Amino acid sequence: MTAAGTTPAPPTSAAAARSSARVPFHRLLDVELRKTVDTRASAALLAGVAGTAALVVGALAVWGREDELGLAYLAGSVAYPLQLVVPMVAALAVTGEWTQRGALTTFALVPRRGRVVGAKAAAGLLVAVATSLFSFALSALGTAVGSATRGIDPVWDLSLDAAARLTLLLVVATAVGFAFAVVIRASAPTLVAYLLFMLILPPLSSMLAAVFDGYAAVAPWVDLSTTMSVLSGPSVAGEQWAQLGVATLVWVALPLVLGMRRLLRVEIR
Amino acid sequence: MIQIAALTKRYGDFIAVDDVSFTAEPGRVTGFLGPNGAGKSTTLRTVVGLAEPTTGRATVLGRRYADLPNPGLEVGVLLDASAQHGGRTGRETLVLAQRTLGLPRTRVDEVLELVGLTRPEARRRVRDYSLGMRQRLGIATALLGDPAVLVLDEPANGLDPAGIRWMRDLLRSFADGGGTVLLSSHLLAEIEMIADDIVMIGNGRVVASGSKATLLSGATTLARADDADALGAALRAAGHDATPTGDGAVATDAGLAAAGRVAFAAGLPLTELRAADGSLEEMFLALTAGTQRDGATAQPTTGAAA
Ligand SMILES: Nc1ncnc2c1ncn2[C@@H]1O[C@H](COP(=O)(O)OP(=O)(O)O)[C@@H](O)[C@H]1O
Ligand SMILES: [Mg+2]
Repeated sequence: MTAAGTTPAPPTSAAAARSSARVPFHRLLDVELRKTVDTRASAALLAGVAGTAALVVGALAVWGREDELGLAYLAGSVAYPLQLVVPMVAALAVTGEWTQRGALTTFALVPRRGRVVGAKAAAGLLVAVATSLFSFALSALGTAVGSATRGIDPVWDLSLDAAARLTLLLVVATAVGFAFAVVIRASAPTLVAYLLFMLILPPLSSMLAAVFDGYAAVAPWVDLSTTMSVLSGPSVAGEQWAQLGVATLVWVALPLVLGMRRLLRVEIR
Repeated sequence: MIQIAALTKRYGDFIAVDDVSFTAEPGRVTGFLGPNGAGKSTTLRTVVGLAEPTTGRATVLGRRYADLPNPGLEVGVLLDASAQHGGRTGRETLVLAQRTLGLPRTRVDEVLELVGLTRPEARRRVRDYSLGMRQRLGIATALLGDPAVLVLDEPANGLDPAGIRWMRDLLRSFADGGGTVLLSSHLLAEIEMIADDIVMIGNGRVVASGSKATLLSGATTLARADDADALGAALRAAGHDATPTGDGAVATDAGLAAAGRVAFAAGLPLTELRAADGSLEEMFLALTAGTQRDGATAQPTTGAAA
């Protein structure tokens, strides 16, 4: 530190004029996107996402079954691991404010907390969509290189429709992680809850469905982690869309509403 | 200007802040003094909208803080210097605030210089900062938007004596430029050194408030009249220091006889006139002792008691 003898800027009347405009949303979004890469931890997480995608695509392109190799197969295969890691980016954006206590500054600068959370949601959405597009590019590269080295014809079989559904799948998963974060507001418990949702809920749900006939009928409407996997299948029927919508209400909309009511009022300390 | 009116904050049955009222005036440094657990941080959190008051209200520049469109341009806030993301560099911490506020990038370098953090220090991660450096970084964040009001919770914690003097000079020139400063401390010496006005709080209640000159003179007189404002004005017009205590009385450095004559000359019937007993320091010690012994409550008896 230097011995600072400088005088502070005196308050100016210009402040009154400048301050009449509220912080526009695009600036909040800009700041939230910046936060996803401005620490070693957050940059490492994003690098981990890219690395995971590259590893899965690379391994399947080189060692995967020749008769399966193709754009749709690679893109579909990388979708699941991405569902495990990408939502963590969005979740940590929320929980990090509490775990690292930056909330004290963040919400002093922007007291309308809903706008900050909205910017975080938008940033999470952008990250999910960008990651999905990135995974398609990687899958295309894997298809081209894998086919060439193995001397087979490349299969470009990913329809626009299927690509959109894979992107939606990642967005829904991200929304679940985000909603959990809004409810729990602490990093480790949120990540555990999300992994339970992705890894434990599906087998638990199918076990219950096998035992209780009543549950078997409602399972597709409430077990989002199983229901959303239809998005990576060849097609989605009308009723499946309805099930997806209802299950998303249960796992995303409901916790978001309850969590936000609390988050908007809770004392920041 | 910061106005706090009948502010109460309860946590369940526990009353952390009990009917607190005071005003921090522009051009002055208001020191919010009280032992640990007195309710200072809770009050300040309420002022900047991070906590909801149970009853009462606080306004900054005439508005609720949360209603300010871009509060960082009007109010500089530092509530806890250790509440900063450890993984970010000092500079990045400031850049995030600068971008939120919509300020030019050059402003970051300006405030870094203002608080005496060097460029190499600004490139280090906040987790490697000493508490004193974090205080400077927090003050830099508060000053970023060139605000008219500063709200600082224990900003001198972790500063060395030279750092405390630096902060005093910084806040002095900020106030001299017309700014309002409200800062808290649990150390009487710190407040004595920095503040113009003092609000002393214990167990959630304001126990004394007034100008430093009045409160520290020790030999104060307490005078009460139906129109306390007029009494205060009359005393000041007669060349005495006079401070409303917030409950309809006035603490003054005028002697008993002098105060009585001033009131008589002004045609103000006194309803109470007595010597105030006990200095600010004794009151503060009593408060501190009270919070250290379980269940014992400090009973402020001085004339400036509210
Ligand atoms: N969220 C809370 N829940 C319960 N008690 C609290 C909470 N926050 C503060 N308190 C209590 O309120 C009192 C005042 O705390 P605080 O405002 O931090 O005091 P100070 O800043 O003057 O040291 C303390 O007794 C503290 O334990
Ligand atoms: Mg405190």
